Amino acid sequence: MANEPTMTRRRLFAKLGILFNGCVAAALAVPIGRFVLSSITHARANGYLTWVPLGRVNEFPEGETRLATFRNPLVEPTDGKTVDTACWVRHIAGEQFQVFAINCAHLGCPVRWFQQSGLFMCPCHGGAYYRDGSRASGPPERGLFEYPYKVENGLITIQAGETPTPGGPTAALPGKECSCA
Amino acid sequence: MRLISQIGAWFDQRLQLAAPIREASGHRIPRNTASWWYVFGSAAFTVFCLQLVTGILLALTYVPSAGEAWSSLQALNHDVTMGWFIRGLHGWGSNFMVALVLIHMMQVFLFGAYKFPRELTWIVGVFLLLMTLGMAFSGQVLRFDQDAYWGLGIGASIVSRVPLIGPAAVQLMLGGPIIAGATLSRFFALHVFVIPGMLIGFVCLHLLMVLKLGINEWPMPGRIVKRATYISEYHALTEKDGEAFVPYGIWKDMFFAAFILLAVAACALYFGPFGPTGRPDPTIIQTAPKPDYFFLWLYAVLSLLPPSMETPALLIGPVVVMLGLLLLPFLSGEGEKSWKRRPIAVLTVMLLAIALATFTQLADHAPWSPVMDAWSGAPVPAQFLKHTSALERQGALVFQVKQCRNCHALDGGGGKRGPALDRVAVRLTQDQLIRQVIQGGGNMPAYGKNLSPAETTALVAFLETLHPAGQAAARDAARDIVLEKGSQ
Repeated sequence: MANEPTMTRRRLFAKLGILFNGCVAAALAVPIGRFVLSSITHARANGYLTWVPLGRVNEFPEGETRLATFRNPLVEPTDGKTVDTACWVRHIAGEQFQVFAINCAHLGCPVRWFQQSGLFMCPCHGGAYYRDGSRASGPPERGLFEYPYKVENGLITIQAGETPTPGGPTAALPGKECSCA
Repeated sequence: MRLISQIGAWFDQRLQLAAPIREASGHRIPRNTASWWYVFGSAAFTVFCLQLVTGILLALTYVPSAGEAWSSLQALNHDVTMGWFIRGLHGWGSNFMVALVLIHMMQVFLFGAYKFPRELTWIVGVFLLLMTLGMAFSGQVLRFDQDAYWGLGIGASIVSRVPLIGPAAVQLMLGGPIIAGATLSRFFALHVFVIPGMLIGFVCLHLLMVLKLGINEWPMPGRIVKRATYISEYHALTEKDGEAFVPYGIWKDMFFAAFILLAVAACALYFGPFGPTGRPDPTIIQTAPKPDYFFLWLYAVLSLLPPSMETPALLIGPVVVMLGLLLLPFLSGEGEKSWKRRPIAVLTVMLLAIALATFTQLADHAPWSPVMDAWSGAPVPAQFLKHTSALERQGALVFQVKQCRNCHALDGGGGKRGPALDRVAVRLTQDQLIRQVIQGGGNMPAYGKNLSPAETTALVAFLETLHPAGQAAARDAARDIVLEKGSQ
């Protein structure tokens, strides 16, 4: 036994076989990995955000907050109704607006506007926000998410395309301070 | 008969499975493990098999497309013969499976089954629990209705809070920037291929180890597990006081499994399938999403944690729990197995069971959620308006119109987010009421900007009438004296 060579021809071929398979696996891992991570790389390369028209300014009476809907800019064939998105539009005065995401800043449930008490309330865990979107009470740690907007030729347009989440990139986007308005 | 045995022999010559099957079924188990306490694992396995069969049947009709999933579920419920029953079996089967896995886990924990040499059986079991919960969540997503849609939003909101990789993880989870077709497709792949595949593999490992290492013997107080001696002691036990698994142990497993299947079928028959609730259209915002029962406790925890604690608890909590479960067999791999000598183990199980039950019960009532239609749907009860002045009645109107009822109950009707106000005048003086209404505080929004002075006066006048007949409203004694002095 002791005199047996440690590396026979067969063993070498077996090891080369493993190496060969490893190389093929590594080569295949590149396209597979790119496929799996495509939703992330797409966001990095092109971004998901686009300017989307919401409607004419005169559809939103001054001093009031109204529900508006828009179609998400990225649409795939199997999306159905899920690309239709709701948001709250607060027309402050003139060309001054605030456009709030429908998603509560706590866990994303749809908030509802109550004109009489001037509050947004969340049905899930009881988060409440004032008319300007700032936090009033409940579990949210921040105010409502705002879409950047601009008014051109009497048309209000928002920058949208990604569901806002507490840790998401859109969470930090400017709202009131938007210079593009 | 001769023909059958000839055919059997023909197959066995090629498969060579008869001997290992005979060995497995004839393996000796300690007599006292043939107990009704040892039936939960096999029952969970049986329900898993039911889930496989009913899942395949549902896939014959279900369409994993965000545009059509909901309609295909409606077709299953209403058009396809017995479709509703198969959906009911699958839905109730999932509830039973989660419950059985938890009960099984509790039993093996209390019986010290995770100790040497069954540490890996326990660890594989922990992953089986995780996969079962993963199946439960992804299954709820496939029931693509409003609860599923907003449930995914909640999942995304939680995932987004992971430091650094949060946003990328959300895009990976949703398959794009929003909850849409790609999201449902990937949850379909998870629910139908990925997790079941892993489950089957892990279940096989789990069972293989039960066969190789033997079923955990009935724990006797004082019979201490030691790595050096346990295996020989166990073999001595099965020799001295053991029986063949088939039929000595298996008949109870079979009876209980059949009973559970019958219970699942009875629930499916009596209660029917779950949902789907409303169409998954994000522009329909009149919805109050709630998770299925196995995640209700989490829904409650997320409401009750202080805001600043929430993200750390969400991110660190699961890691601590997982580490605890995985390290358990290494931290206490030897020693006493009997629950009679392990008071901390018993207390831990009781604490967890009570906490889970309490949170689930709370989540069922969701006292933290405003009742969105109380202001328009639940008028101020008449007894609060008897013998009141015009101003006070005006106040009652303000109370109703300003949606106070959404969070504050009167006579049990209305929201429970804030305290019930039936006796608020006993607790707060006029000044305190005004301050509370205008400035808010203690989780109440400030109404200063939304109430005119006249409305505030009327509202507080009404609130001051809210005290029991025999009990005076609270008043500021010092203020009376000051006013008296001023008038002199």
